Amino acid sequence: MTASTATQPVKQRKLSMRQRESIDFYIAIAPWLIGFFLFTGGPILFSMIMSLTDWSGLTTRNFIGIQNYVTMLGQDKLFWISLKNTFYYAFASVGLGTFGALLAAMLLNQKVPGTSVFRTLFYLPSVTSGVAVAIMWIWMFNPQVGMINYLLSLIGIKGPGWLNSQTWAMPALIFMSLWGIGGNMIIILAGLQGIPDHLYEAAKIDGASKWTEFRNITIPMLSPVLFFVIIISVIESFQIFTNVYVMTRGGPGTATLVYVMHLYLNAFEYQKMGYASALAWVLFLIIMAMTLIQLKASNRWVYYEGDTEGGE
Amino acid sequence: MQQVAGQTETVPVHYDVAWYKRPETRQVFKTILFFAIAIPIAVALILPFLWMVSTSLKVPKQIFKFPPIWIPNPIQWQNYPDAWTKYTNFNIPLMNSLIVTLTNIAGNLFSCSLAAYGFARLRAPGKNILFMLVLGTMMVPMWVTLIPQYVLFARLGWTNTLLPLTVPAWFGWPFFIFLLRQFFLTLPKELDDAARIDGASTWGIFSRILLPLTKPALATVAVFSFIGNWNNFIAPLIYLRDPEKQTLALAMQRFQGTQGNVQYNYMMAVAVISLIPIIVLFFVAQRFFVQGIVMSGIKG
Repeated sequence: MTASTATQPVKQRKLSMRQRESIDFYIAIAPWLIGFFLFTGGPILFSMIMSLTDWSGLTTRNFIGIQNYVTMLGQDKLFWISLKNTFYYAFASVGLGTFGALLAAMLLNQKVPGTSVFRTLFYLPSVTSGVAVAIMWIWMFNPQVGMINYLLSLIGIKGPGWLNSQTWAMPALIFMSLWGIGGNMIIILAGLQGIPDHLYEAAKIDGASKWTEFRNITIPMLSPVLFFVIIISVIESFQIFTNVYVMTRGGPGTATLVYVMHLYLNAFEYQKMGYASALAWVLFLIIMAMTLIQLKASNRWVYYEGDTEGGE
Repeated sequence: MQQVAGQTETVPVHYDVAWYKRPETRQVFKTILFFAIAIPIAVALILPFLWMVSTSLKVPKQIFKFPPIWIPNPIQWQNYPDAWTKYTNFNIPLMNSLIVTLTNIAGNLFSCSLAAYGFARLRAPGKNILFMLVLGTMMVPMWVTLIPQYVLFARLGWTNTLLPLTVPAWFGWPFFIFLLRQFFLTLPKELDDAARIDGASTWGIFSRILLPLTKPALATVAVFSFIGNWNNFIAPLIYLRDPEKQTLALAMQRFQGTQGNVQYNYMMAVAVISLIPIIVLFFVAQRFFVQGIVMSGIKG
């Protein structure tokens, strides 16, 4: 009896400390939580509803069911063109970009003096994105006096019209994206430096060639990092906008009309807010699908060291 | 013992190997090969910057020379003040960019470090679900929320003000919350316990014990926030129509507007000025860039 009365106050105090902690937790995350409802969660639901209306942003909205989605898939030729352009851009820039970042990282992972200077120089372009850089590249790609065509002329090639050409505008944007692979290079470099030396030493003792080392040690050990880089790069390249807007506005013709450019034009130039919301949702679904496909495919090529250890 | 003796005997052997097969020689070859590959790449990457600076210092008739002139003659320093104030005044966009960027850094540091502390250290019902929500919203493309946000801010009468660009930062940013939480988790929990025994409150532990130890991660957040907001183009494009309210990224396009008669030297001068803060920050704080990108990449 005396024991229980003695423990009671302690128990109560403990409980209130727990409660106190919970309250503090909710105070700490309150800004984010409010922001989530106002700027993310709420808008997501609102966007879903808007996508089922013909709202222009000004007039009253009418509920039109899935009409926007039907129009998109059935009648909007620009939707399919923009989708095709986006896939073209994403595959080329992610493919070449990841490959380039891997080569650059392997180059800088050599045990020679001076790598840190080159790491800085290789990385620098990737932090300078935005309008200033887009403007710089407009000038680089100038067909008559631009640097790119000048360099091509030095080796006897007459450069194309780049941003003025239906065929070459997209390759120009892809080429430009390769200039900014430094960020991915840094991630891959960190991955390379995380591969334990003893694996290479063991391979050397077994007399493995450099290529075998690369195939059987570097790539498997690096695969989770490469996988991460590819997933993030695909998501980013599907949303490319600033460079396209500043450099080509989607032209010439529809040559560089990427998905998000099409979405922007519908929402903010043609005042088709409802339709643009539907486009945004489809973009979301495409990105989710791409990510899921990659996750599925990753079983075939991504090697997690922890997995096999746990399995054996 | 015999084995050791055997090993010492084999050591001189590699001096009998042809000179070009010796390890020292190979190391020299490797170094030369490295520079032979790395220098051209570095030059190619830096070349656009050099040409931009060169163009920004040219008199009009040298801009369109072919083959291009590398060193302008005369060096037209006057292009910079002219580009900045002669046709349109870039001081106002610069001020707007600074206001937006600095407010966002402050807002991000405040709201994200608080939330990260909560997720890393405090126990509460529903915490895991809420953290899943943080991770989940990192996946949502900004274009899904952009239109409803625009409608919201337009209803509030905030278009043509800096408010849509500065207010959301005070309400957390999932990526930064995640980054800081990961960092808080690396700090030993004993610190909190010791402080609590000494009578520190939850907020005392946060502000006086943990935050000072989190400086590197906070610097990383500040650096990323700076870059992101300084370069931000989409939000200013959508919300700011009035030239008086534009940020630098938006105003920079002004020289481009007059089609056919683009003044490339002025355009490049303004672009160079807008890149200077980023490049300076990059060289001063490179460590935090690398740390952030690696933390988000590997530990994610």
